[in-house]
Parts: sequence; structure tokens; C-alpha cells
Amino acid sequence: MSGSRRGSDRLAAVLCLALGGAGPAAAETAQPPARVVSMNLCTDQLAMLLAAPGQLVSVSHMATDPLSSAMVEAAQAYRANHGQAEEVYMMRPDLVLAGTYTSVAAVDLLRQLGVPVVQLPPVNALSEVAPQIREVAVALGRAAEGEALAARFEAGLAALSSDLPPVSAALYYPNGYTAGEGTLADDVLGHTGFRNVGAEAGLTGGGTLPLERLVMAEPRLIVTSTPYPGASRSEEILAHPALAALRRTAGVAVTTDADWICGTPALLDAMAAMGAAREALP
Amino acid sequence: MKSVFFLLALLVAALFVASLLIGPAGIGFGDSLAALFRGEGGPVVLVMREIRLPRAILGLLAGAALGLSGAAMQGYLRNPLAEPGLIGVSASAALGAVIALQTGAAAAVALALPLSALAGAGIAVALILLLAGPRGGALALILAGIAISALAAALMSLVLNLSPNPFAGMEIVYWMMGSLADRSMTHVALAAPFILGGGLVLLSLGRGLDALTLGEDAAQSLGVNLPRLRLGVILGTAATVGAATAVAGAVGFIGLVVPHLLRRLVGARPSALLPASALGGAAMLLAADIGTRLIAPDADLKLGVLTALVGAPFFLQLIWSMRRVEA
Repeated sequence: MSGSRRGSDRLAAVLCLALGGAGPAAAETAQPPARVVSMNLCTDQLAMLLAAPGQLVSVSHMATDPLSSAMVEAAQAYRANHGQAEEVYMMRPDLVLAGTYTSVAAVDLLRQLGVPVVQLPPVNALSEVAPQIREVAVALGRAAEGEALAARFEAGLAALSSDLPPVSAALYYPNGYTAGEGTLADDVLGHTGFRNVGAEAGLTGGGTLPLERLVMAEPRLIVTSTPYPGASRSEEILAHPALAALRRTAGVAVTTDADWICGTPALLDAMAAMGAAREALP
Repeated sequence: MKSVFFLLALLVAALFVASLLIGPAGIGFGDSLAALFRGEGGPVVLVMREIRLPRAILGLLAGAALGLSGAAMQGYLRNPLAEPGLIGVSASAALGAVIALQTGAAAAVALALPLSALAGAGIAVALILLLAGPRGGALALILAGIAISALAAALMSLVLNLSPNPFAGMEIVYWMMGSLADRSMTHVALAAPFILGGGLVLLSLGRGLDALTLGEDAAQSLGVNLPRLRLGVILGTAATVGAATAVAGAVGFIGLVVPHLLRRLVGARPSALLPASALGGAAMLLAADIGTRLIAPDADLKLGVLTALVGAPFFLQLIWSMRRVEA
């Protein structure tokens, strides 16, 4: 994957972030931060869910992209930032939330300027969601709200987990991209009564699955994404006759990608959609 | 010379079969053929008939289109450097295709895609003949080609970068280098009529081009209608290169390497070189496409990478030999 910034943003959001620890904690300070800026699609959504009124100043521009963000309407109430150190610094934040992978240079610069930054790694499993909700809540000085949200998420997770015998499902995206083992999407499938064809094909993390191998795997359900406006050859694969033939025999679930990308309670919507799709299969 | 054609046809047939049998799914020989011809074997049928067969057919057709149009342009311009990729015809066809896709015309009317690519290629060929016509010489041809290529590539990148679709911008490299990955029978149906029609037009020009090797005056005195010959070159090249590029992207150097290699085997007579180059082009593109699947099966290696690796040294060698002739 190379090339255009906009294109890779969404993938980056899916693949998200690499290594690195949570930053120097503004977390433990007695005084909760009063001006919080979030620079990452996933921290945007957690911050919007957890912050006190007026506490959150700005979220990233990705938060208003309907194909990436599950909270577009809420995000419109905030100023947008583009992950650049200069614009974030001028907002005079006393806490910045960022991913461990996105805007790395900007984060380094902000730290040098003395702005406290909390970096959060991407979640790659459903079990990592509640701890991250709590972590963000503590950083915001909203531990009680975090505990409540985390508990609601865990209850939802337990309620939506399926005990039906697993059947094969494939996540299939433009360019033949799919999610393999060790991804959030793989875990969603695992919890809703599916085996992930991508993981069975030996993929770890994200990767491409040639159309031939998808056809040979004969998945019982195909999960595809909502196409972007405008044409692209990358998305043409989703209209390929071989895939169309496969769809006639398999179930199809077109889901909102936005629900799958981040470790937020929106995952419960993704799980509910997949659970319904599983129930519909014999 | 008959044996050259026979061997070329045999090579194309062998590569076509190899293209059908090689793929990431790793299906056995017997299973593949049973699925292809008798429709036995569930998903294997789908893989063979809907994924590999269209890919092999498109490799055959697009390769023939590029080889043939290269030989025709070289015959008409009497210049061994004329090649659709090098002189901007492929890039202009790609621009036409991209415009049809991004304006939504191709989604509304499927034929808009090859027609728009054909128009792009046609304008480029006409410009080239105008700028570097019979008396233009090698330098004028290459310079005009560079200018047209650069302009078409820039406009194409602009259109793709302005697209609301984030994937479109990443596809600039596909349009510049070409690929046959995940093409379908729909693409075959769109491209085949234009490639076959344009190919017939180009093949019919053989005698006129033969006469032209003696010079324009001699050709005219032999009864060759030069304006009609020119129109045939423009329309034939536009249709073949336009349709091939619309479905496979711009693949360079095939029209350069193939006629160059075959000229030694079938002689410099265009009437023999045209059909031989069609076969040779098909063989080269099929081989390149098999190469992309063998070298980097999961990386979607672009066709143009392989053809340029073979073609660019040829190009250098041609320039070198022309230098010696001119000196």
C-alpha cells in the first residue's frame, strides 16, 4: 500500500498504530484537564463519549468522515484538527490524546513544547476495549463515567456473543484487502459465530487475499464495505462476476465500516449486525 | 517464414494455457481443465471461467493489440522508435479511460469506457502524425511523444487526485504501468470488439505499408492512397491501443521490442511483420502476466514493470545503433 494520504488514512485507521507506551500521565494529576484536543479517529470517539461538557476542544477531521467515524453528528460540534502540531498547539491544550502511530512527528513536537500527550495503542481484540475506555477516562479525570461506559460495553459484549456453531465468513474490501488473525474484525467474527476465512488463509493482521483463493474458500458469508463516491479500480473487485456468483450462494452483509475500525461501543452495533447475519444462516 | 508463424502461434498457445493453469489458488492440471471445459468442480469452475479465462483472453488480445499497433506505426512512420507507449498514445488512452470512469459516464453506459479511451488514443496518434509526419524524423517523433506523454500523464494524475474516491489517487501507478489482475468477462466483452476490429484494419494496411517502404512518391505511383493509409493507421491504432489500455492500463515497450525482434526473422516487409508482431505481442504480454504471478503472487506486480525491464535496454540499444548509422 502506498500513495495518497487520504486513501491510506482509512487503512491506517483500520490497521492503526504501532508500538509505544502511554505518555507521561497528565492522568494522575488532581486537577482534570480543561482543554483537551484529540488527534486520532479512535481517541476522538472515546473522548466525545467520556469528556465533560466543554472539556473537549477539538477532534480530528476524520471524526466527521461518515465512512470512517461512527460519531459524525457528535463530531460536528467540535473544531476539527488535521493532526498538525502547529494548529493543535495554538488551541492551547492541557491534554492531547493521540494514537501511537498517527501524527508521530506532531506528537514529538508537542511534547517538546511541554504539552502533555497521552498516546493510545490500537485495540486488536474486543477484550482490550474496556481497559482502553477506562484509560482514557482516567486521563480525562472522568474515571466514574469511564467505569460506567466500560461496564455497559462488557455487558453488551456478553449479551451479543453468539454460541452458534461457527461458519466461514470473509471480510472483503477494495483491492482484495481482508483482515486476518489478530485483528479487531477477526475477533468480532469469532464472537458472533463465524470463522474468518482470512485468518484461515494464514493472514496475520491485514493483507490481501487473491479473489481466486476467496472463491476456493467458499465462505458462507461475505462482509463488504460501503463504496466511496467516484469510481476506482480498487473497488471494482467488489463487483467482479466471480464474487457476484459467490454472493448468490453465500449470505452478504454490507456493514458500516465505521463501526469496525475503533475500539469503541460502536463495535456492539457491528456485533449486532453480524449476529443477525449469523441467525439468518442455517 | 511459414515456420516462424507456426512457432509463434505455438508459443502463444502454450503461454495461453500456462496463463490458465497458473494462479494463487494452486489448482491441479486435471481439475482445472475439467472445470474449464466440462464445468465440474464447484468453486474451481468459477475460478477458471470467471477469473483466469478472462485474464488469459485479455492478455492475448491486449498483447496482440500493442504488438500490431507498434509494427503499424513503425511501418507508417518508417521509424523503429514509434511505439504506442513511448509516444504517448497509451497514456492518452489511459487519460480517456480515467475521464470516462471519473465522470460517471462509464457507469451510465459501459461502452463509454473503451470509446473514451479510443478517442484519447486517436487524438494522440493524429497529433503524432501531424507533428512527426513522414518528413519529421526520429527526433521530432520522440520529442512530440515525450510532450504528449507528459501532458496526458499529468492530466490523468490530476483527474485521479481530484476524485472523491481515496482509492483513485493510489491507482495512478496502475494506469501508468498496467495490470490484468481481477479482470472479468465484462472487460473482455468491452475490449474485444474494438481490438479485433482495429486489428483487422491494421492488418489490411500491410500492402500499402510495403509500398511505402519505397518512399511516398513510389508508393503513390504504385496506386497507394496515402490519406486513406494514414486514416487507417490512426483509426486502427486508436481502436486497438484504446481498448487494450481501457481494460489493462498502459503497458509500454511491447510495440517496440516485438517488431524489433521479429524484423530479423520475417524480414522488414510490413505485410509480414504486422501479423507476426500481433502474435509476438500476445506472447510477450502473456509471458509478462505469468511473470507477475510467479515473481510476486500477492503483491500485484504491474505488467509495465516487467515489459520495461525487458524493453528499456532494447530502446537504449536501438538509440545506440541509430547513433552509429547517423554518425
